[in-house]
Amino acid sequence: MRSFSELINKLLLTSSRNRKVDVLCDYFKNAPDPDRGFTLAIITNSLEIKNIPISKIKEIVRETVDEELFALSYDYVGDLAETISLIWPNKENGNLPQISKMISILKNINKNELTRKIHSFLSIANETERWALIKLISGGLRIGVSSRLAKTALAKFGEKKLDDIEKIWHGIDPPYENLFKWLCDSGPFPEIDLKNTFNPMMLANPLEDKDFINLNCNNFVAEWKWDGIRVQIIINDTKVKIFSRTGDDISLSFPEIKTLEKNMVILDGELLVGRNHIPMNFNSLQQRLNRKKVSLKHIDDFPAFVKLYDILYLNNDDLREKNWEERRNLLENWYYKNKNEFFDLSKIINFNSWKNLTAIRKNEIIDEQHEGLMIKRKSSPYISGRPKGHWYKWKKDPKTVDAILMYAVRGHGKRSSYYSDFTFGLWDGNQLSPIGKAYFGFNDNELKILDKFVRNNTIKKYGPVREVEKTFVIEVAFDSVNSSTRHKSGVALRFPRIKRLREDKPTSEVIQLCEFKLEFL
Amino acid sequence: MKWINENLYISPINTYIDPSKPVENAIITHGHADHAKPGHKNVLATKETINIMKIRYGENCAQNFQELTLNKTLKIDDIKITFYPAGHILGSVQVLAEYKGERINFTGDYKTKKDKTCENFEPVKCHTLVTEATFGLPVFQHPNEHNEIKKLLRSLELFPKRPHLVGVYALGKAQRIIGLLRQQRYDKEIFIHGALEKLCNYYVEEKIFLGKFLKTNLKDKKVYQGEIILAPPSSIKNVWSRKFEDPIICQASGWMSIKQRAKQSLVELPLIISDHADWNELTQYIKLTGAENVYVTHGREEAIVHWCKLNQINGLALSLSGREDEEDL
Repeated sequence: MRSFSELINKLLLTSSRNRKVDVLCDYFKNAPDPDRGFTLAIITNSLEIKNIPISKIKEIVRETVDEELFALSYDYVGDLAETISLIWPNKENGNLPQISKMISILKNINKNELTRKIHSFLSIANETERWALIKLISGGLRIGVSSRLAKTALAKFGEKKLDDIEKIWHGIDPPYENLFKWLCDSGPFPEIDLKNTFNPMMLANPLEDKDFINLNCNNFVAEWKWDGIRVQIIINDTKVKIFSRTGDDISLSFPEIKTLEKNMVILDGELLVGRNHIPMNFNSLQQRLNRKKVSLKHIDDFPAFVKLYDILYLNNDDLREKNWEERRNLLENWYYKNKNEFFDLSKIINFNSWKNLTAIRKNEIIDEQHEGLMIKRKSSPYISGRPKGHWYKWKKDPKTVDAILMYAVRGHGKRSSYYSDFTFGLWDGNQLSPIGKAYFGFNDNELKILDKFVRNNTIKKYGPVREVEKTFVIEVAFDSVNSSTRHKSGVALRFPRIKRLREDKPTSEVIQLCEFKLEFL
Repeated sequence: MKWINENLYISPINTYIDPSKPVENAIITHGHADHAKPGHKNVLATKETINIMKIRYGENCAQNFQELTLNKTLKIDDIKITFYPAGHILGSVQVLAEYKGERINFTGDYKTKKDKTCENFEPVKCHTLVTEATFGLPVFQHPNEHNEIKKLLRSLELFPKRPHLVGVYALGKAQRIIGLLRQQRYDKEIFIHGALEKLCNYYVEEKIFLGKFLKTNLKDKKVYQGEIILAPPSSIKNVWSRKFEDPIICQASGWMSIKQRAKQSLVELPLIISDHADWNELTQYIKLTGAENVYVTHGREEAIVHWCKLNQINGLALSLSGREDEEDL
């Protein structure tokens, strides 16, 4: 564990991208197989690791550390894994196993010895190892290394093309010994099973106003950006596999999606729920996500279908080098030949000028179906990643509402001395009803103003929560509103953030909850 | 504490300990700016602390200075004052005040670990302990300082071309880091930012071995490849540091044990070296003194007060203002 923990510690503290690549290269050079392969899998999130909830680890610590002292420490440090690793009171001599061995021990550990084993590992570990181990088993290293960066380092380490690594990435498995052999020039380019391998998707860049000036609208097409989840569909001999944008196989959650197509084809589209290809809102789709078992009632209430955007493979032919227009033709041919209730074609929007498209975006958008517009260059091939100058997303404008600040909690880490998490509400008769929480959107100066207001206007404390005088109006921006049974107000905001402070505005001008529902729900 | 109040004011002799504003009579525990202020009428301190105050604030920063030697008792009216070494920086002391048989000890800032750049800490029994709590949370368990210094030396081997800029406080920390490097037989010259020079010279005058150190002069960048340069943390973050080519930013402080904090301050190589007592030192010392009452002057008071309660000791937070810890960045 030592070299692994030192690696991730270094990666955390290195802010330059190039330096991170160097640190990784150095590790790949010096670490043996299969350690380096497992480390790569951990960094790129490609490995199922025995997940032990951090609350369980906290319980183990709490057997020896006073609750209040732990709470004060956590409040100060701001990161649970780090708090536990620093506060751990027992120290024993010994060495932790190497990372590959550690992973297999964790995998085979049985429930009865789990606590004892974790306890002993944490006691043997040095502080950095302890931190790394807790991060590892509680899920999520959060060291600022994307899997793209890790692959960039692999490419540099083996002096190979990044694109080649991307192409095979989803078809190879930890500990990637064939990959490292090829990178070290002692093995062939790894072969992969195309029929079962996710291909990294092509993504769009946000459209900025200045882009308009430089783009000739005749070179582009537009489509709605549907408010579902982006998927890749691999069909082979009537079998359908569905992958999420990050390459997770989510086929089990959507067993109803079927086809009679025998040929191999790979499609790109948006997964939605709805009847007759009319999408329901995102809230309904959420009922279907992350379920391993799906009931017939669920399928009946929220039937899934896919709006097709693109085609990547047909009959084992790679179409990604073809331009968008050629691919669109092939996609339409495929669609008409294999038409069924589960597939729909994403419509192309006709427009003759940017002004025209601007008007369409404004007037024809359907709030609960569309996230905005997609603008695609006709001549673009299908390029994995987020290449510049090919696809643009033009999201709809956020909605805003003026609400009244009600409660505040202190933040963590850097913000541990600031009240930075805010609950706000609207009038419900002459009472206030909270509608959401936000902890970003404001700048440092606004945060200081809010913090000061909270400190000077607290009327009650509930543990860490402060209730404040209901006099401060804030403008809240959000992407959409869903109805919610979990919240008393009956609404849940998507991506709420504090857009502006409206100290000038009297609270009597803040709207009623029912007016809000009428307008946005 | 009838004869002493929460502002560390000893009423029978009209004297404050480490007052934050100019007063008539002040006892100063050590030379850090949040403890030693200029402008008092009469100052009682160790010879070293008085010298440090004069270096920092000028010869006339107080009207009268009175030296008190370590372990010698000074009787003022009915009060007896004795200084014991605090092990924090050169000249730092704990102040024991006795009145009608009651012993109150003020720790000032302290650490119990050995340090070759100052007198080592000596424990003192007392009825009431007035303690600091800069690192008063159980997450602070400072590692061995020699291992931390070895991290710096290993990094120099690994990156022989990169200048290593180490953020250190000018008084105490700078000299301790130099001393620790010398203990590891690092005998190259060490570069220092101009702001560190006077105090380093003073330590040498007091016969503390620092080896060869040189003020930086940024004409030739190449000179600094693979060298150690010490500078105040603020300089490391400002334009001054840009003059070095591809430096590794290091920082020596007790706060560096918190990785997220190191990351936020863009420190690439954190060195967990502190001149303050960590949690274990703080709590062990409280027990060792046998004190029935513990007053916490500054730092993470809540946790220490809570710990006292768990151990059947009366604890109280004084929350003195103006004690921004000098290591706190």
